[in-house]
Amino acid sequence: MLAINSLLNTLETELQQIILHRKLLNPLMIGIRTGGVWIAEQMHQRLAINEPLGLLDISFYRDDFSQIGVHPHVKPSCMPAHIEGRDIILIDDVFYTGRTVRAALNEIFDYGRPNQVILAVLIERNGKHIPIAPDCVGTRMALTANQRIKLTGPKPLAIHLETSPDTP
Amino acid sequence: MTKAIDNLQLNAEGKLKHFITIEGLSKTLLTEILDTAESFVGMTDQQIKKVPLLRGKTIVNLFFENSTRTRTTFELAAKRLSADVLSMSISTSSTSKGESLLDTIRNLEAMFVDMFVVRHGISGAAHFIARHTAPHISVINAGDGQHAHPTQAMLDMFTIRQIKKDFADLRVAIIGDILHSRVARSQIQALNTLGAAEIRVIAPKTLLPAHVETLGVNVCHNLTEGLKDIDVIIMLRLQKERMTSALLPSESEYFKCFGLTESKLKIAKPDAIVMHPGPINRGVEIESSVADGPQSVILRQVSNGIAVRMAIMSMAMQPQGGMQ
Repeated sequence: MLAINSLLNTLETELQQIILHRKLLNPLMIGIRTGGVWIAEQMHQRLAINEPLGLLDISFYRDDFSQIGVHPHVKPSCMPAHIEGRDIILIDDVFYTGRTVRAALNEIFDYGRPNQVILAVLIERNGKHIPIAPDCVGTRMALTANQRIKLTGPKPLAIHLETSPDTP
Repeated sequence: MTKAIDNLQLNAEGKLKHFITIEGLSKTLLTEILDTAESFVGMTDQQIKKVPLLRGKTIVNLFFENSTRTRTTFELAAKRLSADVLSMSISTSSTSKGESLLDTIRNLEAMFVDMFVVRHGISGAAHFIARHTAPHISVINAGDGQHAHPTQAMLDMFTIRQIKKDFADLRVAIIGDILHSRVARSQIQALNTLGAAEIRVIAPKTLLPAHVETLGVNVCHNLTEGLKDIDVIIMLRLQKERMTSALLPSESEYFKCFGLTESKLKIAKPDAIVMHPGPINRGVEIESSVADGPQSVILRQVSNGIAVRMAIMSMAMQPQGGMQ
């Protein structure tokens, strides 16, 4: 189990700096289901964001429908406000291949055209497949292909490092 | 027959491949359809009401019978899933020039289609196509003769669950022309599978199929008695076009005995909802003030039809084991 609090603290600091640097007066925060929403709930509270948190389920935008089909436990996305012209802080738990964020961006742009999107993740691990990178990161980790980060929560929120002997 | 349909509708992993009838499908699978549809309803908030799930897939709506709601909602559902859609009707097809159903299917297969949505006046038509079509093609039944209309039943179940939340304590009345209604057959199967407390069919004897009780329903021939304690009222259209003999004295007599009026609606529970699969015959099976009244969810059924059909289409188009 990894210490989550220090990662949350780092992510909060990075977000504060970027909000200040980019002069974001009224950003809209969106969490990607499921782990991203848990992290977003923490950041939403810590940064005292005014508007309710947006929840994004990217199941219908994934690029692996032809391999695995529709996720059986898909939940509705829930956007609390119009996102046209808004500054968005998009939050996920782990950044790995980048495919989830690609899907999330496509879905967000179907709701409207935001002014800018900032990507914040608790953990960025190696293994990127597409040219997308987070702007704010709690920590960076170098893992082997058979290692996986698992977030459990929301109460208590905890990170586990799992190693699978079967996968290469 | 049921077993053959079971095997045909599901792939080796138990996932949906064709959607021909509710019969033989599990509560888990029906619930999964409803849950998936729930997420598609949320899409109406999007500026661009489309998801890329079926991008590059070709869906052919094959309608051998007239339809407004079903055909347009299927078409819209396919478009919202980003599929390419071709809508064919019998009057403009080669079938009217003598081409057989199978030849029509073979020709469309040669155009690399991925799914057929079929409406046909003969019971079993969708099943027939599913049995004979190429293995990569999915078939959705959009109504076959007097047999089944499973997507209508699922959008009705979705609407009921949206308002009533749970099926366990629900008493549902299905009123009218049960004899000719493929919708009623599918609704009864769906309600039984999802665990409704009671399904009551209310109709004159001439509009009920023989041994209707064996479908798992209670039978009543009196609307005033039958509406007591009812949570959900489903009115059916009098299908005059399918009536081959004089089953009723007159439409006005039918309305007097089985038409849903404001005063009769008061016999049901105060929060009862009124449903109708459409098209409505105002003044024949339902009074206008009830159809347009606060307890009516008829237009909500139409809206939900899009999300439910999106769910069924995307689930049937999932990768089928062994064929990838």
